[in-house]
Amino acid sequence: MEFLQQYWWILIALLGGILVFLLFVQGGQTLLYTVARTEDERNVLVNCLGHKWEFTFTTLVVFGGAFFASFPLFYSTSFGGAYLAWMVVLLCFVLQAVSYEYRRKAHNLLGETTYNVFLIINGVLATVCVGAVVGSFFTGNPFRLGEMNQVTWTSPWRGLEVLFNVVNASLGLAIFFLSRVLASLYFMNSIANDAIFARSKRQVLLGAIPFVVFLLAALVMILLGEGYAVKADGSIELVRYKYFYNLLEMPVNAAVLLVGVVGVLFGIVKTVLAPRWRKGIWFSGAGIVLAVIALFVIAGFNNTAFYPSYADLDSSLTISNASSSEYTLRTMAYVSLLSPLVIAYIAYAWRALNRKPIDIREVKEDENAY
Amino acid sequence: MFHDLSATVDWSRWQFAMTAIYHYMFVPLTLGLSLLVAVMETIWYKTGNEGWLKATKFWMKLFGVNFAIGVATGLILEFQFGTNWSNYSWFVGDIFGAPLAIEGIVAFFMEATFVAVMFFGWRRVSKRFHLVSTWLVYVGTNISALWILVANGWMQNPVGMTFDPDTARNVMTSFTDVLSDTSFNKFFHTVTSAYTLSACFVVGVCGWFFAKRRDVEFARKSILLGSVFGLASIALTILTGDTTSRDIARVQPVKFAAMEGLNRGSEGAGLTVFGILKDDPSLPHERLKGMTGAIAIPGLLSWMSFGDSRAFVPGFQDILDGYTAHDGTVHASVQQRIENGRRAMDALKAYKHAKKAGDEETAAVALSVLRANYADFGYGSLSSPGDVIPHVPLVFYSFRIMVGIGFLFIALFVLSWWYARRGRYDKFRFIPYFALACIPLAYVASQCGWIVAEVGRQPWVVQDLMTTGMAATDVAATWVQVTFWLFAALFTVMLVAELKILCAQIRKGPESVNS
Repeated sequence: MEFLQQYWWILIALLGGILVFLLFVQGGQTLLYTVARTEDERNVLVNCLGHKWEFTFTTLVVFGGAFFASFPLFYSTSFGGAYLAWMVVLLCFVLQAVSYEYRRKAHNLLGETTYNVFLIINGVLATVCVGAVVGSFFTGNPFRLGEMNQVTWTSPWRGLEVLFNVVNASLGLAIFFLSRVLASLYFMNSIANDAIFARSKRQVLLGAIPFVVFLLAALVMILLGEGYAVKADGSIELVRYKYFYNLLEMPVNAAVLLVGVVGVLFGIVKTVLAPRWRKGIWFSGAGIVLAVIALFVIAGFNNTAFYPSYADLDSSLTISNASSSEYTLRTMAYVSLLSPLVIAYIAYAWRALNRKPIDIREVKEDENAY
Repeated sequence: MFHDLSATVDWSRWQFAMTAIYHYMFVPLTLGLSLLVAVMETIWYKTGNEGWLKATKFWMKLFGVNFAIGVATGLILEFQFGTNWSNYSWFVGDIFGAPLAIEGIVAFFMEATFVAVMFFGWRRVSKRFHLVSTWLVYVGTNISALWILVANGWMQNPVGMTFDPDTARNVMTSFTDVLSDTSFNKFFHTVTSAYTLSACFVVGVCGWFFAKRRDVEFARKSILLGSVFGLASIALTILTGDTTSRDIARVQPVKFAAMEGLNRGSEGAGLTVFGILKDDPSLPHERLKGMTGAIAIPGLLSWMSFGDSRAFVPGFQDILDGYTAHDGTVHASVQQRIENGRRAMDALKAYKHAKKAGDEETAAVALSVLRANYADFGYGSLSSPGDVIPHVPLVFYSFRIMVGIGFLFIALFVLSWWYARRGRYDKFRFIPYFALACIPLAYVASQCGWIVAEVGRQPWVVQDLMTTGMAATDVAATWVQVTFWLFAALFTVMLVAELKILCAQIRKGPESVNS
């Protein structure tokens, strides 16, 4: 049972990592009026991102579905409790879904600019909110679970209070700037246009500085602050430096975090220093997936509550008390064996579509262009 | 055990119903049009006929406009299980979460990956890879429907699980049992009806081209394909509708009685083809309705339900009072089931308290009482037997509208095939306009089907085990109202935008696409 719970937590962590990487789509949406100066350039950016927006969207849905199947108590507690925070996230993803398809279609009711604004709203809110919610895995949430595990959220802000915590806010802003950096790296990789290449390169540097600052701030506060430890009898206590201890007591995970951070920074630094280097997205992208997996492991492994409650410590969720039954976890584990096949066909199709960089002429001639 | 949150429950129901209605305005066209587009592209691939390439690209454009908004509304629907129905999510999450996750892993990634190739791969991948991608979009959308309908079917017929009192939730014991007949009936009926709607859409849009006397060769080709596809689909819809009805008669007799407006059951029950419901003070509950002007076919309801024209079909009053089914099974009265349910809920509380106090003996006794009465667990939260009766007029009329429109489509597809084959689709001016009028009718029928399925099963969110009221999240009704109106406004704007874009794309016609 313990193995299955840990297996599923790693899978959730992997999905979380891929989701944060794919948030480059959102980051790119916030750069539509920064990297692009003309209508044609903007259309290239939108189409470059538009080939991938469904992946981010789908990963979010699968992330939710996988959490539901493997840790249903998290699903019911977080989504039901932090009602408003999740509604904001959902609302801004709805705006995104239609904006690509509708923005340049004739008779689209709201006009192209409105749909561009929708994309920017999605880009800002989705990244900041997702980052802040991940932050609350370390800082805790205000809820109590009843006798039948029904959730009572003790804050009237119903989840929006995660944004008022300095650690969560820092992590939210770190993800926001990271998404802009990744988007810039992706533009450099996938668009054949010198002006866009140069402006994207500038944005890599401009985004990387606040990203590193906010990430470091969040990490220092998390590692040096109090963490939610699970005692032998299953009760929860606050332990100073808990997450730092988790890092030390799980050296393999610490190495994964280190490799991830180095990968992210290598992608950024080499892009800034090398004149025509286009492959930064792959190093930074793989790096961020590894780093997020490591953060999830720090949050959930080594007798730690992954979704802690500061309103009632013993209501905190751990991978052991929040998981599905052994039967369901095992059944779903068999289904998860399909994942390599899924990853393989995604990689194949991605490569086929990205073999040749996109350019302004192609977008102008493509009748299916967004 | 569960708070009284009546205002929150009402608004959460409105929100979920509104999202589901909007979502299902877009899904059926996605399910069916993806198949038609794949068939058209295959014909082009095999024959090299440029006309079929134009047709493929034209319908693909309409598919894309529709697909985006279906994805958007689907996201909200999935997460509302958590945001608005968190007690439900925990109570049955161990079972219900699995098909949702499988849907994501198996279907959503397939859709997302290959829909991008389908739209943007024309110049970037080979013809063969493009064709395979188009087919995989069809496969992905339909696998997605399978798993969400497995989840929905399980809510109507909860099997393959046991209740775990320690965690206060149901846990899965057999995945194969969860894939019940109910789920597969729902899947096949829903999908074939979606194909029918898509066929109506194709034939209707082409009817408009004929009415305008433009692009007639393209329209004729599409009508021929659409009408043959439509005829096959409507035949399968009727067939699967029949098996679905039998299943409902077996596992949800109250819903079945509502579909028929059947107050008092009988042997050799007749199928009501037409009837008008009216208030009848002589009936024991205000939710029960009398009927006037009924036209019924004797014995047909019994035959359709149980394969025996003399079988007993129970009505509301039989169910309320208790009855013996045609197979000899004795069903307790609803009052008795309410008492059983309360006994089960009390036993669960007693079990929890005994466990906390370390009193294993009392816990074991409480557990045996709970197990003995668990089948009626949800009844414990009903205040009176009449609460099991859903909104009868809504279910009764929706069912008849759905069936009536369904049979009308047979005429549409036969006429369309007959006249399009002879190249004389506009011989009678009414035919193109009739085809056009059938588009909204298909959507009406489709929504009516869901009203029958979902309103008909009230007050249950999980049949007999959990009422809708028990399932809701404890969140202020004001917040749900705010999100309801936000989504209502947003979805309506999106729908209007979608319709305007679709009409504009159709007006441009197939000649606007590059071959």
